[in-house]
Amino acid sequence: MMSLTFDLLLGVALLWSAWHTLATADLIRAVVSFIVFGLLMVLAWARLDAPDIALAEAAIGAGLTGALLLDSVGRLKARRRPGDNG
Amino acid sequence: MNRALRAAVVLGAGLLAGLLVAAILALPVPAVRLPTLVAAHLPASGVTHPVTAVLLNFRGYDTLLEVAVLALALVGLLAQSPPRELMHAPSPGEPVLPLLARVLVPFLILSAGYLLWSGAHRPGGAFQAGAVLAAAAVVLHLARLWPAWDRPGRSLRLGLVGGLLLFLAVAAALLAGGTLLRFPPQLAGTLILLIEIGLTVSLGLLLAGLFLFLAEPRSLR
Amino acid sequence: MSSGLVYAVVGVLLFVLGAAGMLLLPHLLRKILAFNLLGSGAFLTLVGLAQRDGSVDPVPHAMVLTGIVVAVAATALALALLRRLHALSGRTQLADESADE
Repeated sequence: MMSLTFDLLLGVALLWSAWHTLATADLIRAVVSFIVFGLLMVLAWARLDAPDIALAEAAIGAGLTGALLLDSVGRLKARRRPGDNG
Repeated sequence: MNRALRAAVVLGAGLLAGLLVAAILALPVPAVRLPTLVAAHLPASGVTHPVTAVLLNFRGYDTLLEVAVLALALVGLLAQSPPRELMHAPSPGEPVLPLLARVLVPFLILSAGYLLWSGAHRPGGAFQAGAVLAAAAVVLHLARLWPAWDRPGRSLRLGLVGGLLLFLAVAAALLAGGTLLRFPPQLAGTLILLIEIGLTVSLGLLLAGLFLFLAEPRSLR
Repeated sequence: MSSGLVYAVVGVLLFVLGAAGMLLLPHLLRKILAFNLLGSGAFLTLVGLAQRDGSVDPVPHAMVLTGIVVAVAATALALALLRRLHALSGRTQLADESADE
């Protein structure tokens, strides 16, 4: 019962961080929220007894994808014309 | 997109979610038990870790196609960038990050080697090792110790596709014996290790390339 | 309800959230974020359903590993296209989506 509670809480946290990624107004916050989502996914993979996936998700899903997104957001903001809405 | 259409999409999404959740809660017990099948054939696969056996042996075809898709995505990415002037490695800024990178990167490379080796009998393998290598490359770039990549030179091109070509060569050699990617049990372990070494190098370069070909040289900002 | 089933349900909800996000959000970067959420949801459901009786199944693990790599490849290509669009036209939204956001 205790472990199921943890899984339910982790599920709620996953859904909340996913919602925040899509709903927040600032792009950088959205990407940071996505990285948090990726790290929570690593926890979920650990709970599902999938260490291979957890390793790959941490390095590729949260790490590389997060770096790509942050780099892109920085590039988009740097060249944006004043008055544009991100 | 007008109000009515947005409302319809939201409503449709809610309905779909409800239907899917109801469907998966009503699923019967599966007839075929895949873990038992995998465990039964594990001794003949050449490795002792079931996920690696599935990835490189039982479903090796999927892995082959996946590396090809990754290479294809990199080609598409390269096609987007306009040609840039070659930049020299920019001088480092503050001292902490390059120092950290210089200490961290050798450990990352060592860890990648260990992950590659450990994939045969415990969690690990070519994908994790390649991802760690790519992380090392990105860390070097962020510490301004390695410039962004421009057009790939000959050795980089060889490294990028080498793993895929090696995998294809092994597949072609096995095809001559009958079925596609059917490893003979006594050779399976060696062949899988060979393929994984090639894949680690290529995956590391491909994944690093996804980031480093997109990153603009710092001096242009 | 087992832990596998919990993650399968969470995965389905993430999938629908991501799909709705891809359709409704006009900014292209947010569409890319939604696409990744959709993919992660699908992966969770794949493994969660296979392990809904508590056992460990290596086949969906291998499939999800493949899926993660393909997802990052698609994301990188999409970001490259987005940057090219932005560099050429200054826009971050598709032309036929009216900016009512």
